[in-house]
Amino acid sequence: MTTQVRTPPKAAHVTVVRPRRSLAARLAEGVGGGLVRMFLIVVGLFWLVPTIGLLLSSLRSPSDMSTSGWWTVFGKPSQLTVESYQKLLENGDITNSLLNTVLITVPATVLVVVIGSLAGYAFAWMEFPGRDWWFLAVVGLLVVPVQVALIPIAELFGRIGLFGTVFGVILFHTGFGLPFAVFLLRNFFAELPRELLEAARLDGAGELRLFARVVLPLGGPAIASLGIFQFLWVWNDMLVALVFTKSGTQPITVALQTQVRQFGNNIDVLAPGAFISMVVPLAVFFAFQRQFVSGVMAGAVK
Amino acid sequence: MTSATAAGASAAPAAPKSRKSVTGTRKTVAALFLLPALVLLGALVVYPIGYSVVRSFGDASGDGFAGFDNYKALFTDDGIRTALKNNIIWVVFAPTVSTALGLVFAVLTERVRWGTAFKLVVFMPMAISMLAAGIIFRLVYDQDPDKGVANAVWVGIHDTFAQSSAFPKAHPGRESPLTAQGGGFITRTAVHTGRPVALPLVGVAPDQMPSGAKKAVQAEPEPGRITGTTWQDFTRGKGVGRLGAVDPSELGYAGMRIEAVKDGRVVASAEAAADGTFTLPARADGARLRLPAGNFKEPYNGVDWLGPSLVTPAIIGAYVWMWAGFAMVLIAAGLAGLPRELLEAARVDGANEWQVFRRVTVPLLAPVLAVVTVTLMINVLKIFDLVFIIPPGSSQDDANVLALELYRKGFSEDRPGIASAIAVFLLLLVIPVMAFNIRRLRREVRR
Repeated sequence: MTTQVRTPPKAAHVTVVRPRRSLAARLAEGVGGGLVRMFLIVVGLFWLVPTIGLLLSSLRSPSDMSTSGWWTVFGKPSQLTVESYQKLLENGDITNSLLNTVLITVPATVLVVVIGSLAGYAFAWMEFPGRDWWFLAVVGLLVVPVQVALIPIAELFGRIGLFGTVFGVILFHTGFGLPFAVFLLRNFFAELPRELLEAARLDGAGELRLFARVVLPLGGPAIASLGIFQFLWVWNDMLVALVFTKSGTQPITVALQTQVRQFGNNIDVLAPGAFISMVVPLAVFFAFQRQFVSGVMAGAVK
Repeated sequence: MTSATAAGASAAPAAPKSRKSVTGTRKTVAALFLLPALVLLGALVVYPIGYSVVRSFGDASGDGFAGFDNYKALFTDDGIRTALKNNIIWVVFAPTVSTALGLVFAVLTERVRWGTAFKLVVFMPMAISMLAAGIIFRLVYDQDPDKGVANAVWVGIHDTFAQSSAFPKAHPGRESPLTAQGGGFITRTAVHTGRPVALPLVGVAPDQMPSGAKKAVQAEPEPGRITGTTWQDFTRGKGVGRLGAVDPSELGYAGMRIEAVKDGRVVASAEAAADGTFTLPARADGARLRLPAGNFKEPYNGVDWLGPSLVTPAIIGAYVWMWAGFAMVLIAAGLAGLPRELLEAARVDGANEWQVFRRVTVPLLAPVLAVVTVTLMINVLKIFDLVFIIPPGSSQDDANVLALELYRKGFSEDRPGIASAIAVFLLLLVIPVMAFNIRRLRREVRR
């Protein structure tokens, strides 16, 4: 209805403008299908080429790498070799750091999901004084930069003997993952149908059973988003691990970072190493795109 | 059991109110659910804020009180000043470029059938670590055009449009008629018509000779014109070939530019043919011949992406590669939620696609664009990994940003006071966003 009412003046307006728009109009017509497709293909190549470059670099011998570009592979596919990967996987430091990455990432993800959903449930469905204020305070912590905590926590961990341990890194990631977890899960849990919870309550379910049997299963989608997000965030982290680990407890990102300092001589370590470190996040990304995207949307302000 | 009855009793009167609680839980139970989260948040997020504020007023050792000295250092320390300047460049350009690209991609992908595949490709870098992205772009930006793809493409384009000079390192041999002048070479004496000129040089590696070069030919004298030959006066093997004369197997300098100079002015010029011969008109009579410096430049070697002046834009490029997909996905979601009738109505009214985009789509998307830009700004404020990884040691100081400077001051230079001041400064910068988040949410919570 409103559009109908508004149409006449608008049409009149456009007619007035029409004589002036010839250039823009021609441009827009030019941006017809063909050009758009061309543009998007070029952009797509722009986005793919760097990653392909890394992959092909990791599959060439160091001597080939020092003399010619990775794109020469297309003319001479015989250059391809998995030599660098074999050497890398025999390197104890690298395999150990991969293990550390897993040992840090999995517990840090599980802890955030468990602790975050407990708190999220409390904020959504329990009544206690100052509930909303507490929740808003937690949300306020969403944007606190990790850097603020590096020095104080390094000092704290040093005092209580957690510095350099895997557990210390897990704790840190859990702490900084929690604001987002609580924010996301509280909002999702609050939308659950009240009748379901009341029904379970009338069946005599205690608070813990209500949480475990009703809220957690229903919260699946949000928990999946959170889990994927936290997993990728911890797996990909370098800064936190750089500060809080020492040589035996380094994850792959820190191990590779130390190699970057001699970049040029050791591309045969860096390229396959970087690619191995990317495989898991990429697999998670392709397998759970939808959850990943909804996590991104929910956390747009993190 | 008791809690269940209690719940039944208190839930009933609570129901009509908008506050949701099914249970009328005892406060201790609520506290138990919240305790782990609050303890961790308190110890790992809130306590460090307080500590940093206090520490930022302390001196280097942490025992004494330093007043505002650490904050003064923010604006006097050279390293921090560079970092601050770069951070401003980052915050201004990285989010806006990413958002603009995201907007363009989101709008255009709606028009092609394989839009989803395209989105996947652009969004994918978000899943990988900044470390991996850093290594990827370290490779991309490699200075050597034979290794770095950015320079390979750039040099390719450059050499298509600009003529590359072919004779680096060429120079006169012994007893040469040529002498060096301003990066090029000039004949010692004036030349005259009817007497062929010899312009021999040596020193061009065989594989660097232009591919079109043919066997050099002694130029024939021509009345009323100046003729000559310029060639590589060198035959392999000791003592083979005569100095200053064209021998068989010696190659002409195809494409060499020759200028005739009289009283400091160029009166004529020519380019050598494939066999090294050239011809100049009569007005060059009495001039000296010059091989200008342009002939002897090193071949174009591309852009020094990671050099001091370009390093920050180059890293921002890597960041945009990672985050344009984020902007695109959020904007695409916003686009899907737009009322199609409005766009159609505008088209029916005769608006072209550009007008629809500029006057309808963008204004309607403004809230989404704002959220995306602000999110990226916060993200960029904390940028660390890319700046830590991509620049080579020589230009790391020029690429410096606050988060990196904080790390350096705190952990390599052992100056926690200044590092804490940087931390507090970063925190102050995000506080407006914090307030905005809380205000937006308070309305929702109070529903």
